[in-house]
Amino acid sequence: MAEQPLVLGFETSCDETGIGLVRGQTLLSDALATSMAEHERFGGVIPEIASRAHLEAMVPTVRRALADAGVTATDVDAVAVTAGPGLTGALLVGVAAAKAYALALDVPLYGVNHLAAHVAVDELEHGRLAEPSIAMLVSGGHSSLLLVPDLAQDVQELGRTIDDAAGEAFDKVARVLGLPFPGGPPIDRAAAEGDAAAIRFPRGLTGPRDAVYDFSFSGLKTAVARWVEARERAGEPVPVADVSASFQEAVVDVLTAKAVRACRDHGVDHLVIGGGVAANSRLRALAQERCDAAGIVLRVPSRRLCTDNGAMVAALGSRLVEAGVAPSAPDLGADSSLPIEVVSR
Amino acid sequence: MLVLALDTATPTLVVGLARWSPDGGTEVLAERAVESGNRHAELLTPAVREVLAEAGAAMADLDAVVTGLGPGPYTGLRVGIVTAAAFGDARGLPVHGVCSLDAIGSGARSVVTDARRKEVHWATYDGTGQRLTGPGVDRPEDAPVGDPVVGDVRFAERLGRTVTAADVTTAGLVRAAVPLLGRPPVPLEPLYLRRPDAVPSVTRKAVSQ
Ligand SMILES: [Zn+2]
Repeated sequence: MAEQPLVLGFETSCDETGIGLVRGQTLLSDALATSMAEHERFGGVIPEIASRAHLEAMVPTVRRALADAGVTATDVDAVAVTAGPGLTGALLVGVAAAKAYALALDVPLYGVNHLAAHVAVDELEHGRLAEPSIAMLVSGGHSSLLLVPDLAQDVQELGRTIDDAAGEAFDKVARVLGLPFPGGPPIDRAAAEGDAAAIRFPRGLTGPRDAVYDFSFSGLKTAVARWVEARERAGEPVPVADVSASFQEAVVDVLTAKAVRACRDHGVDHLVIGGGVAANSRLRALAQERCDAAGIVLRVPSRRLCTDNGAMVAALGSRLVEAGVAPSAPDLGADSSLPIEVVSR
Repeated sequence: MLVLALDTATPTLVVGLARWSPDGGTEVLAERAVESGNRHAELLTPAVREVLAEAGAAMADLDAVVTGLGPGPYTGLRVGIVTAAAFGDARGLPVHGVCSLDAIGSGARSVVTDARRKEVHWATYDGTGQRLTGPGVDRPEDAPVGDPVVGDVRFAERLGRTVTAADVTTAGLVRAAVPLLGRPPVPLEPLYLRRPDAVPSVTRKAVSQ
Protein backbone atom coordinates (compact mmCIF):
# COMPACT_ATOMS: atom_id res chain seq x y z
CA MET A 1 0.00 0.00 0.00
CA ALA A 2 1.34 3.41 -0.95
CA GLU A 3 2.07 5.76 1.90
CA GLN A 4 -0.76 8.13 2.73
CA PRO A 5 -0.35 11.78 1.75
CA LEU A 6 1.56 14.16 4.02
CA VAL A 7 -0.49 17.30 4.68
CA LEU A 8 0.88 20.57 6.08
CA GLY A 9 -1.76 22.66 7.89
CA PHE A 10 -1.75 26.42 8.64
CA GLU A 11 -3.94 28.04 11.30
CA THR A 12 -3.87 31.82 11.93
CA SER A 13 -7.52 32.77 12.53
CA CYS A 14 -6.88 34.46 15.87
CA ASP A 15 -3.83 34.73 18.14
CA GLU A 16 -2.17 31.33 17.65
CA THR A 17 0.16 30.58 14.77
CA GLY A 18 -0.40 26.85 14.42
CA ILE A 19 1.44 24.63 11.95
CA GLY A 20 0.69 20.91 11.93
CA LEU A 21 1.69 17.87 9.91
CA VAL A 22 -0.59 14.90 9.42
CA ARG A 23 -0.15 11.73 7.38
CA GLY A 24 -3.52 10.16 6.72
CA GLN A 25 -5.11 10.31 10.17
CA THR A 26 -1.80 10.18 12.00
CA LEU A 27 -0.59 13.28 13.83
CA LEU A 28 3.10 13.86 13.15
CA SER A 29 3.65 17.30 14.62
CA ASP A 30 1.83 20.31 15.97
CA ALA A 31 3.92 23.45 16.37
CA LEU A 32 2.38 26.49 18.02
CA ALA A 33 3.40 30.09 18.60
CA THR A 34 1.02 32.32 20.50
CA SER A 35 0.84 36.06 21.02
CA MET A 36 -1.55 35.63 23.97
CA ALA A 37 0.89 37.18 26.44
CA GLU A 38 0.88 40.40 24.39
CA HIS A 39 -2.93 40.58 24.52
CA GLU A 40 -3.38 39.78 28.20
CA ARG A 41 -2.91 43.32 29.45
CA PHE A 42 -5.66 44.50 27.08
CA GLY A 43 -8.13 41.84 28.23
CA GLY A 44 -8.78 40.85 24.64
CA VAL A 45 -7.02 40.06 21.38
CA ILE A 46 -5.64 43.08 19.52
CA PRO A 47 -6.00 42.11 15.85
CA GLU A 48 -3.00 44.13 14.64
CA ILE A 49 -0.72 42.67 17.31
CA ALA A 50 -1.91 39.16 16.42
CA SER A 51 -1.25 39.75 12.71
CA ARG A 52 2.26 41.11 13.33
CA ALA A 53 3.02 38.11 15.50
CA HIS A 54 1.78 35.67 12.83
CA LEU A 55 4.19 37.15 10.29
CA GLU A 56 7.14 36.91 12.69
CA ALA A 57 6.30 33.38 13.77
CA MET A 58 5.39 31.89 10.41
CA VAL A 59 8.63 30.51 8.97
CA PRO A 60 10.14 29.48 12.34
CA THR A 61 6.93 27.63 13.24
CA VAL A 62 6.82 25.84 9.89
CA ARG A 63 10.44 24.80 10.39
CA ARG A 64 9.69 23.53 13.88
CA ALA A 65 6.70 21.50 12.63
CA LEU A 66 8.82 19.91 9.89
CA ALA A 67 11.69 19.17 12.27
CA ASP A 68 9.38 17.69 14.91
CA ALA A 69 7.84 15.41 12.29
CA GLY A 70 11.25 14.40 10.94
CA VAL A 71 10.35 15.39 7.38
CA THR A 72 11.43 18.08 4.95
CA ALA A 73 9.28 20.55 3.03
CA THR A 74 9.77 18.59 -0.18
CA ASP A 75 8.04 15.59 1.42
CA VAL A 76 4.77 17.55 1.72
CA ASP A 77 1.98 16.29 -0.59
CA ALA A 78 -0.69 18.92 0.11
CA VAL A 79 -1.17 22.17 2.01
CA ALA A 80 -4.30 23.16 3.97
CA VAL A 81 -5.06 26.52 5.53
CA THR A 82 -7.84 28.11 7.57
CA ALA A 83 -9.64 30.39 5.10
CA GLY A 84 -12.21 31.53 7.69
CA PRO A 85 -13.97 32.35 9.88
CA GLY A 86 -11.64 34.53 11.93
CA LEU A 87 -9.88 37.89 12.05
CA THR A 88 -9.28 39.01 8.46
CA GLY A 89 -5.79 40.40 8.91
CA ALA A 90 -4.71 37.34 10.87
CA LEU A 91 -6.26 34.89 8.41
CA LEU A 92 -4.53 36.57 5.47
CA VAL A 93 -1.05 35.94 6.84
CA GLY A 94 -1.77 32.22 6.96
CA VAL A 95 -3.54 32.14 3.61
CA ALA A 96 -0.70 33.99 1.87
CA ALA A 97 1.94 31.78 3.48
CA ALA A 98 0.07 28.57 2.64
CA LYS A 99 -0.44 29.66 -0.96
CA ALA A 100 3.26 30.42 -1.29
CA TYR A 101 4.36 27.09 0.19
CA ALA A 102 1.90 25.24 -2.06
CA LEU A 103 3.18 27.05 -5.15
CA ALA A 104 6.84 26.67 -4.24
CA LEU A 105 6.41 22.96 -3.44
CA ASP A 106 4.08 22.40 -6.41
CA VAL A 107 1.37 20.70 -4.35
CA PRO A 108 -2.41 21.29 -4.12
CA LEU A 109 -3.84 23.83 -1.67
CA TYR A 110 -7.04 23.47 0.37
CA GLY A 111 -8.63 26.51 2.02
CA VAL A 112 -10.71 25.08 4.84
CA ASN A 113 -13.32 26.09 7.40
CA HIS A 114 -11.92 26.60 10.89
CA LEU A 115 -14.99 25.11 12.59
CA ALA A 116 -14.95 21.93 10.51
CA ALA A 117 -11.26 21.61 11.35
CA HIS A 118 -12.15 21.65 15.06
CA VAL A 119 -14.25 18.55 14.36
CA ALA A 120 -11.69 16.87 12.11
CA VAL A 121 -8.92 17.04 14.71
CA ASP A 122 -10.70 14.42 16.81
CA GLU A 123 -9.98 11.82 14.11
CA LEU A 124 -6.27 12.08 14.93
CA GLU A 125 -6.93 10.64 18.38
CA HIS A 126 -10.12 8.63 18.08
CA GLY A 127 -10.16 7.40 14.50
CA ARG A 128 -12.71 7.92 11.80
CA LEU A 129 -15.72 9.97 12.81
CA ALA A 130 -19.08 8.21 12.78
CA GLU A 131 -21.23 9.85 10.13
CA PRO A 132 -23.57 11.39 10.85
CA SER A 133 -22.30 12.86 14.11
CA ILE A 134 -23.44 15.87 16.08
CA ALA A 135 -20.61 18.32 16.81
CA MET A 136 -20.61 21.06 19.40
CA LEU A 137 -17.88 23.69 19.09
CA VAL A 138 -17.40 26.00 22.03
CA SER A 139 -14.62 28.55 22.37
CA GLY A 140 -14.03 32.22 22.95
CA GLY A 141 -15.21 32.89 19.40
CA HIS A 142 -17.67 30.17 18.53
CA SER A 143 -20.56 28.30 20.08
CA SER A 144 -22.11 26.13 17.41
CA LEU A 145 -24.12 22.98 17.20
CA LEU A 146 -23.56 21.11 13.95
CA LEU A 147 -24.94 18.09 12.16
CA VAL A 148 -22.14 16.36 10.27
CA PRO A 149 -23.36 13.89 7.65
CA ASP A 150 -20.00 14.04 5.79
CA LEU A 151 -17.10 15.96 7.26
CA ALA A 152 -15.42 16.40 3.86
CA GLN A 153 -18.36 18.08 2.18
CA ASP A 154 -21.58 18.28 4.15
CA VAL A 155 -21.72 20.07 7.50
CA GLN A 156 -24.96 21.72 8.59
CA GLU A 157 -25.50 24.28 11.30
CA LEU A 158 -28.29 23.47 13.75
CA GLY A 159 -27.72 26.39 16.08
CA ARG A 160 -25.27 28.95 17.35
CA THR A 161 -24.94 31.63 19.97
CA ILE A 162 -27.13 34.63 19.35
CA ASP A 163 -24.87 36.90 21.41
CA ASP A 164 -21.69 36.01 23.34
CA ALA A 165 -19.66 32.90 22.68
CA ALA A 166 -19.34 30.53 25.63
CA GLY A 167 -15.65 31.31 26.12
CA GLU A 168 -16.37 35.01 25.95
CA ALA A 169 -18.75 34.62 28.91
CA PHE A 170 -15.93 32.91 30.83
CA ASP A 171 -13.61 35.84 30.04
CA LYS A 172 -16.14 38.45 31.14
CA VAL A 173 -17.12 36.66 34.34
CA ALA A 174 -13.44 36.16 35.16
CA ARG A 175 -12.96 39.90 34.86
CA VAL A 176 -15.90 40.54 37.21
CA LEU A 177 -14.35 38.14 39.72
CA GLY A 178 -10.86 39.62 39.37
CA LEU A 179 -9.48 36.46 37.75
CA PRO A 180 -6.95 36.61 34.89
CA PHE A 181 -7.57 36.54 31.14
CA PRO A 182 -8.31 34.21 29.44
CA GLY A 183 -11.01 33.31 31.94
CA GLY A 184 -11.65 29.63 31.22
CA PRO A 185 -8.81 27.97 33.15
CA PRO A 186 -8.98 30.17 36.31
CA ILE A 187 -12.76 29.75 36.56
CA ASP A 188 -12.41 26.00 36.09
CA ARG A 189 -9.85 25.92 38.93
CA ALA A 190 -11.85 28.19 41.26
CA ALA A 191 -15.04 26.21 40.57
CA ALA A 192 -13.39 23.00 41.74
CA GLU A 193 -13.47 24.43 45.29
CA GLY A 194 -17.00 25.81 45.03
CA ASP A 195 -20.63 24.70 45.25
CA ALA A 196 -22.29 24.58 41.83
CA ALA A 197 -25.73 24.72 43.47
CA ALA A 198 -24.92 27.76 45.63
CA ILE A 199 -26.50 30.29 43.27
CA ARG A 200 -29.15 29.52 40.67
CA PHE A 201 -28.03 31.52 37.62
CA PRO A 202 -30.32 31.68 34.54
CA ARG A 203 -30.14 29.11 31.74
CA GLY A 204 -30.37 31.09 28.48
CA LEU A 205 -32.74 30.03 25.68
CA THR A 206 -34.16 27.03 27.51
CA GLY A 207 -37.79 28.15 27.63
CA PRO A 208 -40.48 26.20 25.76
CA ARG A 209 -40.70 28.75 22.96
CA ASP A 210 -36.93 29.37 22.60
CA ALA A 211 -34.85 28.16 19.65
CA VAL A 212 -33.89 24.66 20.74
CA TYR A 213 -30.34 24.62 19.35
CA ASP A 214 -29.31 28.25 19.74
CA PHE A 215 -27.32 29.56 22.70
CA SER A 216 -27.31 32.84 24.62
CA PHE A 217 -24.79 33.68 27.31
CA SER A 218 -25.17 37.44 27.53
CA GLY A 219 -28.00 37.31 30.11
CA LEU A 220 -26.06 34.88 32.26
CA LYS A 221 -22.98 37.08 32.21
CA THR A 222 -25.09 40.10 33.23
CA ALA A 223 -26.80 38.10 35.99
CA VAL A 224 -23.42 37.10 37.43
CA ALA A 225 -22.16 40.69 37.28
CA ARG A 226 -25.31 41.98 39.03
CA TRP A 227 -25.07 39.31 41.72
CA VAL A 228 -21.41 40.13 42.40
CA GLU A 229 -22.03 43.90 42.41
CA ALA A 230 -24.92 43.52 44.88
CA ARG A 231 -22.62 41.63 47.20
CA GLU A 232 -19.93 44.27 46.90
CA ARG A 233 -22.42 47.08 47.52
CA ALA A 234 -23.59 45.30 50.63
CA GLY A 235 -19.97 45.18 51.77
CA GLU A 236 -20.01 41.40 51.83
CA PRO A 237 -17.15 39.23 50.53
CA VAL A 238 -17.67 37.67 47.09
CA PRO A 239 -17.52 33.86 47.27
CA VAL A 240 -15.40 33.48 44.14
CA ALA A 241 -15.40 29.69 44.20
CA ASP A 242 -19.20 29.40 44.54
CA VAL A 243 -19.86 32.05 41.89
CA SER A 244 -17.40 30.34 39.52
CA ALA A 245 -18.92 26.92 40.09
CA SER A 246 -22.51 28.16 39.76
CA PHE A 247 -21.74 30.15 36.62
CA GLN A 248 -19.83 27.29 35.06
CA GLU A 249 -22.67 24.92 35.87
CA ALA A 250 -25.18 27.21 34.14
CA VAL A 251 -23.03 27.25 30.99
CA VAL A 252 -22.29 23.54 30.77
CA ASP A 253 -25.84 22.56 31.77
CA VAL A 254 -27.23 24.39 28.75
CA LEU A 255 -24.47 23.25 26.39
CA THR A 256 -24.74 19.57 27.22
CA ALA A 257 -28.54 19.54 27.35
CA LYS A 258 -28.79 21.07 23.90
CA ALA A 259 -26.13 18.79 22.44
CA VAL A 260 -27.85 15.68 23.75
CA ARG A 261 -31.20 17.01 22.55
CA ALA A 262 -29.72 17.52 19.05
CA CYS A 263 -28.46 13.93 19.02
CA ARG A 264 -31.83 12.58 20.11
CA ASP A 265 -33.85 14.72 17.69
CA HIS A 266 -31.71 13.65 14.75
CA GLY A 267 -31.36 10.01 15.72
CA VAL A 268 -27.58 10.43 15.99
CA ASP A 269 -25.64 8.47 18.60
CA HIS A 270 -22.22 10.14 18.33
CA LEU A 271 -21.30 13.53 19.77
CA VAL A 272 -17.99 15.36 19.29
CA ILE A 273 -17.12 18.40 21.38
CA GLY A 274 -14.31 20.73 20.32
CA GLY A 275 -12.98 24.26 20.79
CA GLY A 276 -11.15 25.81 23.72
CA VAL A 277 -14.07 25.52 26.16
CA ALA A 278 -14.03 21.75 25.58
CA ALA A 279 -10.96 21.82 27.81
CA ASN A 280 -13.26 22.71 30.74
CA SER A 281 -13.30 19.83 33.19
CA ARG A 282 -16.94 20.24 34.25
CA LEU A 283 -18.11 20.33 30.62
CA ARG A 284 -16.25 17.11 29.91
CA ALA A 285 -17.64 15.42 33.03
CA LEU A 286 -21.27 16.47 32.59
CA ALA A 287 -21.24 15.70 28.86
CA GLN A 288 -19.93 12.22 29.64
CA GLU A 289 -22.59 11.68 32.29
CA ARG A 290 -25.45 12.78 30.06
CA CYS A 291 -24.17 10.92 26.98
CA ASP A 292 -23.83 7.74 29.00
CA ALA A 293 -27.40 8.11 30.21
CA ALA A 294 -28.66 8.70 26.68
CA GLY A 295 -26.64 5.96 25.00
CA ILE A 296 -24.54 8.42 23.04
CA VAL A 297 -20.85 7.87 22.31
CA LEU A 298 -18.96 11.02 23.36
CA ARG A 299 -15.68 12.04 21.73
CA VAL A 300 -13.61 14.96 22.98
CA PRO A 301 -10.05 15.63 21.77
CA SER A 302 -7.31 15.96 24.36
CA ARG A 303 -7.05 19.48 25.79
CA ARG A 304 -4.05 20.34 23.63
CA LEU A 305 -6.01 19.68 20.44
CA CYS A 306 -9.21 21.41 21.60
CA THR A 307 -7.70 24.87 21.30
CA ASP A 308 -6.70 26.31 17.92
CA ASN A 309 -3.77 24.51 16.28
CA GLY A 310 -2.35 23.61 12.88
CA ALA A 311 -2.92 19.88 13.19
CA MET A 312 -6.68 20.35 13.03
CA VAL A 313 -6.34 22.11 9.69
CA ALA A 314 -4.01 19.42 8.39
CA ALA A 315 -6.46 16.76 9.62
CA LEU A 316 -9.32 18.28 7.64
CA GLY A 317 -7.03 18.77 4.63
CA SER A 318 -6.13 15.11 4.80
CA ARG A 319 -9.83 14.21 4.83
CA LEU A 320 -10.41 16.37 1.74
CA VAL A 321 -7.51 14.78 -0.14
CA GLU A 322 -8.83 11.34 0.69
CA ALA A 323 -12.38 12.25 -0.37
CA GLY A 324 -11.12 13.56 -3.70
CA VAL A 325 -12.48 17.06 -3.08
CA ALA A 326 -11.16 19.62 -5.60
CA PRO A 327 -8.36 21.87 -4.31
CA SER A 328 -8.93 25.61 -3.91
CA ALA A 329 -8.72 27.98 -6.85
CA PRO A 330 -5.46 29.95 -7.26
CA ASP A 331 -7.22 33.15 -6.18
CA LEU A 332 -8.15 31.78 -2.76
CA GLY A 333 -8.56 34.52 -0.16
CA ALA A 334 -9.82 34.74 3.41
CA ASP A 335 -13.44 35.13 4.51
CA SER A 336 -13.82 36.41 8.07
CA SER A 337 -17.41 35.12 8.25
CA LEU A 338 -17.08 31.95 6.19
CA PRO A 339 -20.30 29.97 6.77
CA ILE A 340 -19.94 26.50 8.24
CA GLU A 341 -21.68 24.96 5.24
CA VAL A 342 -18.54 25.81 3.24
CA VAL A 343 -16.17 23.10 4.47
CA SER A 344 -13.56 24.02 1.86
CA ARG A 345 -13.42 26.62 -0.85
CA MET B 1 21.27 35.38 -11.19
CA LEU B 2 17.53 34.95 -11.58
CA VAL B 3 15.61 37.14 -9.13
CA LEU B 4 11.90 37.03 -8.33
CA ALA B 5 10.82 40.45 -7.04
CA LEU B 6 7.47 41.28 -5.45
CA ASP B 7 5.81 44.10 -3.57
CA THR B 8 2.40 44.60 -1.92
CA ALA B 9 2.97 47.90 -0.14
CA THR B 10 0.68 49.91 -2.41
CA PRO B 11 -2.71 49.21 -4.04
CA THR B 12 -0.80 47.97 -7.13
CA LEU B 13 0.78 44.62 -6.46
CA VAL B 14 3.95 44.07 -8.46
CA VAL B 15 5.63 40.80 -9.38
CA GLY B 16 8.56 40.48 -11.74
CA LEU B 17 11.29 38.15 -12.81
CA ALA B 18 14.68 39.68 -13.60
CA ARG B 19 18.11 38.47 -14.57
CA TRP B 20 20.81 40.39 -12.74
CA SER B 21 24.56 40.25 -12.89
CA PRO B 22 27.19 42.59 -11.40
CA ASP B 23 28.46 43.60 -14.83
CA GLY B 24 25.39 43.06 -17.01
CA GLY B 25 22.94 44.92 -14.82
CA THR B 26 19.25 44.13 -14.68
CA GLU B 27 17.10 42.64 -17.41
CA VAL B 28 13.40 42.33 -16.56
CA LEU B 29 12.11 39.13 -18.19
CA ALA B 30 8.45 39.36 -17.19
CA GLU B 31 6.37 41.61 -14.97
CA ARG B 32 2.82 42.00 -13.69
CA ALA B 33 1.43 45.12 -12.06
CA VAL B 34 -2.07 44.38 -10.82
CA GLU B 35 -4.44 47.02 -9.46
CA SER B 36 -5.49 44.73 -6.69
CA GLY B 37 -6.65 47.11 -3.96
CA ASN B 38 -7.37 44.93 -0.94
CA ARG B 39 -7.02 41.67 -2.86
CA HIS B 40 -3.26 41.14 -2.67
CA ALA B 41 -3.64 37.75 -0.97
CA GLU B 42 -5.93 36.49 -3.70
CA LEU B 43 -3.96 37.77 -6.66
CA LEU B 44 -0.29 37.55 -5.67
CA THR B 45 0.45 33.86 -6.25
CA PRO B 46 -1.54 33.78 -9.54
CA ALA B 47 0.60 36.72 -10.69
CA VAL B 48 3.77 34.84 -9.70
CA ARG B 49 2.61 31.83 -11.74
CA GLU B 50 1.96 34.05 -14.77
CA VAL B 51 5.31 35.75 -14.56
CA LEU B 52 7.18 32.45 -14.29
CA ALA B 53 5.19 30.97 -17.17
CA GLU B 54 5.75 33.98 -19.40
CA ALA B 55 9.50 33.81 -18.80
CA GLY B 56 9.52 30.03 -19.23
CA ALA B 57 11.03 29.67 -15.76
CA ALA B 58 10.25 27.45 -12.79
CA MET B 59 10.56 28.02 -9.07
CA ALA B 60 13.58 25.73 -9.16
CA ASP B 61 15.40 28.18 -11.45
CA LEU B 62 15.30 31.07 -8.98
CA ASP B 63 18.45 32.26 -7.21
CA ALA B 64 16.97 34.90 -4.92
CA VAL B 65 13.73 36.59 -3.88
CA VAL B 66 13.39 40.33 -3.30
CA THR B 67 10.42 41.80 -1.45
CA GLY B 68 9.28 45.27 -0.56
CA LEU B 69 9.13 45.80 3.22
CA GLY B 70 6.83 48.80 2.99
CA PRO B 71 5.93 51.20 4.34
CA GLY B 72 2.35 50.47 3.31
CA PRO B 73 -1.03 49.40 4.66
CA TYR B 74 -0.23 46.55 7.01
CA THR B 75 -2.54 43.78 5.93
CA GLY B 76 -1.49 43.92 2.29
CA LEU B 77 2.14 44.49 3.19
CA ARG B 78 2.28 41.30 5.27
CA VAL B 79 0.88 39.29 2.36
CA GLY B 80 3.90 40.11 0.22
CA ILE B 81 6.48 39.65 2.95
CA VAL B 82 5.14 36.31 4.18
CA THR B 83 4.86 35.11 0.59
CA ALA B 84 8.49 35.96 -0.10
CA ALA B 85 9.57 34.41 3.19
CA ALA B 86 7.65 31.21 2.40
CA PHE B 87 9.14 30.96 -1.10
CA GLY B 88 12.58 31.36 0.42
CA ASP B 89 11.98 28.77 3.09
CA ALA B 90 10.35 26.23 0.79
CA ARG B 91 13.04 26.47 -1.90
CA GLY B 92 16.05 27.28 0.25
CA LEU B 93 16.47 30.70 -1.38
CA PRO B 94 17.86 33.92 0.10
CA VAL B 95 15.15 36.57 0.56
CA HIS B 96 16.16 40.23 0.62
CA GLY B 97 13.92 43.03 1.83
CA VAL B 98 14.05 46.59 0.51
CA CYS B 99 12.18 49.79 1.28
CA SER B 100 9.25 49.83 -1.16
CA LEU B 101 9.57 53.60 -1.71
CA ASP B 102 13.11 53.04 -3.05
CA ALA B 103 11.51 51.11 -5.94
CA ILE B 104 9.29 54.01 -7.10
CA GLY B 105 10.75 56.41 -9.69
CA SER B 106 14.47 57.10 -10.05
CA GLY B 107 17.08 59.79 -9.57
CA ALA B 108 16.59 62.94 -7.48
CA ARG B 109 12.97 62.92 -6.27
CA SER B 110 10.55 62.72 -3.42
CA VAL B 111 8.20 59.75 -3.23
CA VAL B 112 4.73 59.75 -1.63
CA THR B 113 2.34 56.86 -1.23
CA ASP B 114 -0.97 56.38 0.56
CA ALA B 115 -0.55 55.62 4.27
CA ARG B 116 -4.34 55.65 4.92
CA ARG B 117 -5.84 57.82 7.68
CA LYS B 118 -5.28 60.82 5.39
CA GLU B 119 -1.49 60.49 5.75
CA VAL B 120 1.33 59.74 3.32
CA HIS B 121 4.41 57.61 3.43
CA TRP B 122 7.31 59.65 2.08
CA ALA B 123 11.04 59.54 1.34
CA THR B 124 13.51 61.76 -0.52
CA TYR B 125 16.41 60.78 -2.82
CA ASP B 126 19.50 62.45 -4.24
CA GLY B 127 20.64 62.50 -7.87
CA THR B 128 22.28 59.09 -7.59
CA GLY B 129 19.06 57.60 -6.22
CA GLN B 130 20.38 57.32 -2.66
CA ARG B 131 17.71 57.81 -0.02
CA LEU B 132 18.38 61.05 1.90
CA THR B 133 15.44 61.11 4.34
CA GLY B 134 12.58 58.83 5.29
CA PRO B 135 10.76 56.63 5.08
CA GLY B 136 8.34 58.57 7.21
CA VAL B 137 4.61 58.91 7.75
CA ASP B 138 2.94 62.32 8.05
CA ARG B 139 0.00 64.42 7.01
CA PRO B 140 0.77 65.57 3.45
CA GLU B 141 0.94 69.19 4.68
CA ASP B 142 3.74 68.19 7.06
CA ALA B 143 5.67 65.79 4.82
CA PRO B 144 9.18 67.25 4.20
CA VAL B 145 9.25 66.62 0.47
CA GLY B 146 10.61 68.67 -2.45
CA ASP B 147 10.11 68.72 -6.23
CA PRO B 148 9.97 66.63 -8.25
CA VAL B 149 7.45 64.44 -6.43
CA VAL B 150 6.43 61.03 -7.75
CA GLY B 151 4.00 58.41 -6.48
CA ASP B 152 0.33 58.70 -5.60
CA VAL B 153 -1.14 61.64 -7.50
CA ARG B 154 -4.17 61.88 -5.22
CA PHE B 155 -2.07 63.81 -2.71
CA ALA B 156 -1.01 66.59 -5.10
CA GLU B 157 -3.52 69.10 -3.77
CA ARG B 158 -2.72 68.59 -0.11
CA LEU B 159 1.01 68.60 -0.86
CA GLY B 160 0.60 71.78 -2.90
CA ARG B 161 2.89 70.26 -5.54
CA THR B 162 2.71 68.49 -8.85
CA VAL B 163 2.90 64.72 -8.38
CA THR B 164 3.87 62.50 -11.29
CA ALA B 165 2.20 59.09 -11.16
CA ALA B 166 4.66 56.28 -10.44
CA ASP B 167 4.41 52.76 -9.03
CA VAL B 168 6.77 50.20 -7.60
CA THR B 169 8.56 48.41 -10.45
CA THR B 170 10.51 45.19 -10.73
CA ALA B 171 13.54 47.13 -11.95
CA GLY B 172 13.21 49.45 -8.96
CA LEU B 173 13.02 46.57 -6.50
CA VAL B 174 16.08 44.86 -7.99
CA ARG B 175 17.98 48.15 -8.11
CA ALA B 176 17.26 48.73 -4.42
CA ALA B 177 18.38 45.18 -3.64
CA VAL B 178 21.68 45.27 -5.56
CA PRO B 179 23.80 46.02 -2.47
CA LEU B 180 22.20 42.97 -0.82
CA LEU B 181 22.26 40.39 -3.63
CA GLY B 182 24.78 37.64 -3.07
CA ARG B 183 25.11 38.51 0.62
CA PRO B 184 23.72 36.55 3.56
CA PRO B 185 20.10 37.69 3.98
CA VAL B 186 19.02 39.51 7.12
CA PRO B 187 15.62 38.97 8.82
CA LEU B 188 12.70 40.66 7.06
CA GLU B 189 11.43 43.53 9.21
CA PRO B 190 8.28 45.22 7.88
CA LEU B 191 8.46 49.02 7.88
CA TYR B 192 5.28 49.60 9.86
CA LEU B 193 6.25 53.12 11.06
CA ARG B 194 3.27 53.19 13.43
CA ARG B 195 2.58 51.28 16.61
CA PRO B 196 -0.42 48.96 16.60
CA ASP B 197 -3.72 50.48 17.72
CA ALA B 198 -4.48 48.77 20.99
CA VAL B 199 -8.22 48.45 20.68
CA PRO B 200 -9.11 44.92 21.76
CA SER B 201 -11.45 42.92 19.63
CA VAL B 202 -14.45 42.29 21.85
CA THR B 203 -13.85 38.60 22.18
CA ARG B 204 -10.84 36.49 22.85
CA LYS B 205 -11.38 34.55 19.66
CA ALA B 206 -12.88 37.27 17.58
CA VAL B 207 -14.58 34.96 15.15
CA SER B 208 -17.82 36.74 14.42
CA GLN B 209 -20.29 34.32 15.88
ZN1 LIG C 1 -11.27 27.87 17.09
